[in-house]
Amino acid sequence: MTTGGREGALADVGRARADARGRAAVSAWMPYLPPADTPYPPEGIDPATLTWAETVAPGGYTHLRVARGTRLRLEDADGEACASVLVHNAVEPGERLNVADTQKIPWQAYLGAGHPLLSGDGRVLATIVADTSGRHDAFCGASSDAWNEAKYGDAAAEGPSPSGHALLRLAGAKHGLETRDLPPAVSFFKGVRVAADGTLEWTGSAGPGRRVDLLAELPLIVLIANAPHPRDPRPDYVAGPLRVHAWRSRPTALDDAVAVASPERERAYRNTIAYAGLAGL
Amino acid sequence: MSLTTTVPPRPVHAPDSPLDWSGPLVPGRVVLDERVAPRAAWSGVVATGDVLTIVDVGGNQSADCLLYAADDTAERYSAADTIAWQGNVYVRTGTVLRSNLGRPLMTVAGNEVDRQDTIGGACGKESNTLRYGHHTAYQHACRENFLAEAARHGLGVRDLVSNLNWFMNVPVEADGSLGIVDGMSAPGKRVALRAERDVLVVVSNCPQMNNPCNDFSCTPLRMIVTSP
Ligand SMILES: [Zn+2]
Repeated sequence: MTTGGREGALADVGRARADARGRAAVSAWMPYLPPADTPYPPEGIDPATLTWAETVAPGGYTHLRVARGTRLRLEDADGEACASVLVHNAVEPGERLNVADTQKIPWQAYLGAGHPLLSGDGRVLATIVADTSGRHDAFCGASSDAWNEAKYGDAAAEGPSPSGHALLRLAGAKHGLETRDLPPAVSFFKGVRVAADGTLEWTGSAGPGRRVDLLAELPLIVLIANAPHPRDPRPDYVAGPLRVHAWRSRPTALDDAVAVASPERERAYRNTIAYAGLAGL
Repeated sequence: MSLTTTVPPRPVHAPDSPLDWSGPLVPGRVVLDERVAPRAAWSGVVATGDVLTIVDVGGNQSADCLLYAADDTAERYSAADTIAWQGNVYVRTGTVLRSNLGRPLMTVAGNEVDRQDTIGGACGKESNTLRYGHHTAYQHACRENFLAEAARHGLGVRDLVSNLNWFMNVPVEADGSLGIVDGMSAPGKRVALRAERDVLVVVSNCPQMNNPCNDFSCTPLRMIVTSP
């Protein structure tokens, strides 16, 4: 045993307690509790009504259990965040984001304001209700372990270049979800476009301060990894702080603009609202 | 003897539909040769190095397909990783079909259709209500086939993800418009998949009856595994 350079700081429980308590500090990435204490209150929102506030570290993740009707704002503080997001029905987590239906049902591959995030069960889990970025991706998912090992030399969550999938596995595990519960994710704040021959063209970031608002249409588990997009052409592992704020709103109603936008979407909201009503959600 | 049934009509091809049963796309010893009836599901394990040829017997018949590592089904086909790794949304000869951990499961060793789809997903009873209306709620669908066939291997709803659609054509247009359009396949066209490890392949012979892409004609598939 050695006390090393700690100069007896842990020589007994009393000194260990004092040492630990002396370490509280303010960080550039941390949750703000109560959420009203956030240094970055969303414009136009009374901070007292916030139900969550957090800045997710580069290479970090968060996982949120969210009530139906919650509005969740993601903000790319410095233009370098990439939020790879999964949403699960918190009541029946076998129902979860299905990117194929999310692209196919609205006949639109690119995510933007008004776009529903659909499950494979014919329902809307969340709606993108605001978007000041326009640079998103529903094709590539979060980076995989093999990709990050090949590109950066390491993918471990505890390493210098965590893969998005490694972070999502841990985020999901906090809710009893396993690898098989994690389908392909959507990524916000880093965009790709598809050329005529199918090639992915990198459009990257729209710059600092861009926001995406998600409206929870059912009780949700939201998993977010903040790790570089797999098609990011830069050789270095570049990720920025991701701000997350939430407040109570109301779920989409059948006469809202996003619901009447197309017959497919209208039927999706009909299914969702009926399911929530029957289940007493 | 013909059965009288009150079940609403199930889609099937006309008796005179042209069918071409073709044969293996690559040389080798045939270790499996099975036919998949219209609307039905199929599964099988393809051993490392063996090649699965899927024959589009009637033309433009979607073979919805999922892959799992046979020794650990939590590792499974990932459309997103396949796309991200190759930097292209279409599946063609040479495409490595990757897992959710980014590792190779199978490689497209041969392909007689210009491009194959992995972004269109599977039809489902539930998604059909969005796409076509609630009157379709009792029609059979690929998601039903996947669930039934996956259950034979101890898999369930948690194991279903965005799939491959062999012989289906789903372009992405310049403005992001995406949809199932006229197919580029024909009777007897094939795709061949080489297993990079032991892979459980689950296929739904799509029973969709609301999409003109297969002329409302559900036709058989032929599954042939060859060993080099
Ligand atoms: Zn189908």
